[in-house]
Amino acid sequence: MSAPTLEVRNLKTHFFTRGGVVKAVDDVSFTVEAGKVLGLVGESGSGKTVTGFSILGLVDPPGRIAGGQILFKGRDLATLPEAEMRGLRGNRIAMIFQDPMMTLNPVLRIDTQMIETVQAHAKVSREEARQRARDALGQVGIPSPDERLKSYPHQFSGGMRQRVAIAIALLHKPDVIVADEPTTALDVTIQGQILAEAQKLCAQFGTALVWITHDLSVVAGLADDIAVMYAGKVVESGPVAQVLDAPLHPYTLGLIGSVPSRNHRGEPLRQIPGMTPSLLNLPAGCAFRSRCPRAEPGCAEPPPFAEYRPGQHARCIHPHQEAVAA
Amino acid sequence: MSATLVAPPAAETLAEPIIELRGVSKRFSKTLDFAGRLAKRLGANLREEVVHAVDGVDLTIRKGEVVGLVGESGCGKSTLGRMVAGIMPPSDGTILWRGRDLRSLNAAEARNAKLRTQMIFQDPYASLNPRLKVQEIVGEAPLFHGMAKRSEIGTYVDEQLRRAGLDPSLKARYPHQFSGGQRQRIGIARALAVQPEFLVCDEAVAALDVSIQAQILNLFMKLRRELDLTYLFISHDLGVVEHLSDRVVIMYLGRVVEEAPAEEVFRHPNHPYTKALLAEVPRIEARKRAFAGVKGEIPSPLNPPSGCHFHPRCPFAFDRCRVERPALKQVGPGHRSACHLNDAA
Amino acid sequence: MSTTTIAAAPAAPKVETPFQRFVSEFAASRIALFGLVLFLAIVAIAVLAPFIAPQNPYDLAQLDIMDGRLEPGTVGAGGFTYWLGTDDQGRDMLSGIMYGLRISLMVGAGSAIIACLVGASLGMLAAYAGGRTDSLIMRLVDLQLSFPAILAALMILAFLGKGILNVVFALVIVEWAYYARTVRGSALVERRREYIEAAQCLALPTRRIIFRHLLPNCLPPLIVVGTMQVARAIALEATLSFLGLGVPITEPSLGLLIANGYEYMLSGKYWISFYPGIALLVTIVSINLVGDQLRDVLNPRLKR
Repeated sequence: MSAPTLEVRNLKTHFFTRGGVVKAVDDVSFTVEAGKVLGLVGESGSGKTVTGFSILGLVDPPGRIAGGQILFKGRDLATLPEAEMRGLRGNRIAMIFQDPMMTLNPVLRIDTQMIETVQAHAKVSREEARQRARDALGQVGIPSPDERLKSYPHQFSGGMRQRVAIAIALLHKPDVIVADEPTTALDVTIQGQILAEAQKLCAQFGTALVWITHDLSVVAGLADDIAVMYAGKVVESGPVAQVLDAPLHPYTLGLIGSVPSRNHRGEPLRQIPGMTPSLLNLPAGCAFRSRCPRAEPGCAEPPPFAEYRPGQHARCIHPHQEAVAA
Repeated sequence: MSATLVAPPAAETLAEPIIELRGVSKRFSKTLDFAGRLAKRLGANLREEVVHAVDGVDLTIRKGEVVGLVGESGCGKSTLGRMVAGIMPPSDGTILWRGRDLRSLNAAEARNAKLRTQMIFQDPYASLNPRLKVQEIVGEAPLFHGMAKRSEIGTYVDEQLRRAGLDPSLKARYPHQFSGGQRQRIGIARALAVQPEFLVCDEAVAALDVSIQAQILNLFMKLRRELDLTYLFISHDLGVVEHLSDRVVIMYLGRVVEEAPAEEVFRHPNHPYTKALLAEVPRIEARKRAFAGVKGEIPSPLNPPSGCHFHPRCPFAFDRCRVERPALKQVGPGHRSACHLNDAA
Repeated sequence: MSTTTIAAAPAAPKVETPFQRFVSEFAASRIALFGLVLFLAIVAIAVLAPFIAPQNPYDLAQLDIMDGRLEPGTVGAGGFTYWLGTDDQGRDMLSGIMYGLRISLMVGAGSAIIACLVGASLGMLAAYAGGRTDSLIMRLVDLQLSFPAILAALMILAFLGKGILNVVFALVIVEWAYYARTVRGSALVERRREYIEAAQCLALPTRRIIFRHLLPNCLPPLIVVGTMQVARAIALEATLSFLGLGVPITEPSLGLLIANGYEYMLSGKYWISFYPGIALLVTIVSINLVGDQLRDVLNPRLKR
């Protein structure tokens, strides 16, 4: 097996604020291979978005990568000079945001923006760039791409805008796409369309996809592997089926239990008590222990990220080894 | 805790209706101002735009029921919720509160009807006045309406907060000092403080994290048992609605397309739109499935398709669908659907 | 109920009111703090002028015409040192400036407060009533804002004549529109927020919703505009007085002091206009420093 397209090793991204150091990402590791989808799951404040931004080198001060490696085909992006990073970003590594207007400029026509993006990384004629832009729009399922190229972003619906943003991300057939909650703001039927496109394109171009979301149900049907984040750390990772059917970490189990469809109608949901701790003053040891039904004195020590089943890691000293009841 | 199942009242046991909507519509029109009219006269391509946010909806909600109202953006579910809550008058049609037309009530009766219906909002950041302390947010209305004396308001507010699962010692704080889930609890305490019997929840858990969402949903179910509340639960999330509701109403572009007991909707959906929605819901049980997607986009409510609004996206559409609006017709016990296919069969 | 969750206290246990947060954010800028201190000092001087000024410039008995147009630092006939010189009447410039500040600040703040009350009420009415009322008020605002303020004020004063109250009136007429537009803008945004709908659900009367819920949340931009408008009113008053249409000669404001010394500027007796000018400049700059920081702190778009 060749080297993975993207390998994140012990990544630490910290924000040095006046109130103290916020360890938004603290020891995150995962790998994504070509053509595979990794679902990076977590609630707000878990550090999943900052992880995505770190991969793209988009972390702004007071934040910076404080440790670890981001290996893209063996090259460490964490220490890459900005000039070289710029050559990769949008070219070999692309990002799709929750709000497509992060990608799109509201005052420029779609064709202007797309041609610019093509020519930023490829020495091609305007005509050829336009051709590529048109092809990309066609690939993401936008009808009559020739006409749509001449439109402005505000003339598209939310779902169409997100498709355009995806088309822009695809222009250079990147090796890695980081998608940050790209369907959260969309309606169910439109979300289904976008997921279908993502799945198809990933398989077609062999792109490694990191799909950041808070919604376990979305990644259940989309991803190959899952990494669950809590308070800046990956608490569990492994193949989708294993993590969702037999979660090791109590937090993963709690998240799955919180999904209404996993419960009997009308019965109380198996909720996780309490709320996410502030990243500014995390307790020592396991950050989840104040909400954990299995907490014990040993949890005050930082738990190791250990492999309990083949390919399935968890950061817990007392994982659920039994399968979860459906 | 033993899992006490909330016995959903069977659709046939006819409790008295709390609220009835008869042919209710809501139009929003953007009229042209003087400059606009002048420009139009000079040949500019301007017109008065009318959006039928809600278009001829009949809906009855009975005491003790949880009715789930499902639809995608632009389907008018929030507008309908606001009309039910009495903070937005309908353009057409009648709303009956306990059998009496809202417009025929005198001031005191109307105020009472309004207070008995409360709303829980989507955005926990915008739904609390940032300049008031929690105790003022929760205590203002009961004090104003004389439900609690000034000397007792402290304990009264404490009781509401405790019932919503919040520590009363936090009541001197301001909303910005709370997390999203806690703010939602404050909003719930504010609603409970005027002793409502009917809660309209407009996407009340949509902005919350999954684990917090579960806590708030459990709170809603607990309150239902303890206070005998009736709910109109508006959501785009079918999983949430399925879990909570006794009856489900599905809207598409301002119209009700299907209405049935919850289990019936999820087991035997009738309308093609309902079927498509159900097929698209991401399920945690699914593994590496192939997503298909309903074809086409949600049309603009400014310019909805003729006939059945869903026909451009419907795989079964035929000629009649393009010209005639389908009526909601009985297709099973308590199950109504607005689709011409039911006539053809 | 075992499922009841008493949510844990948030990490920051300190109860911080929005006002305290605002104060600490404001104080984060040294230069704004400097402006505030400077402004408060100026206000103190103006308020305390009768007690700290070496001379009462309005009391003709204290003036000595022989001391007219003395250079700064000269000791006058009565053994009195004129630190900033004297004007052509023999009036001590330092005292004149202190008393002039009083008039200028009074006119500036007074007109700003009245204009704010008028403008905010009309703006709120426009936003809440909508429709024709809104159109009428806002077209009036447009008309007002398209007309040069100084020209409008001059016309009003030419009609009404000199006098402090007339100046205040003229300034209110030319300034209310800014407040009206600002309040309407923020009220239109705030009115759509869910907490207003919640207040409607709670069957609170419209008046209470407007004054207790809507208005307080429209205040931040109003405060910013108000601060800037005080500075503008002071400058406008100075201009009007300089042109001879402002305050009466018996109660000289800074503008009038500047006008008085204008004819001597070219004959080397710079101080009669110069020092009142400096006082005017410092006052306006200090208010604007405060106003800039207020705008940064209160602007929701700059919030993280």
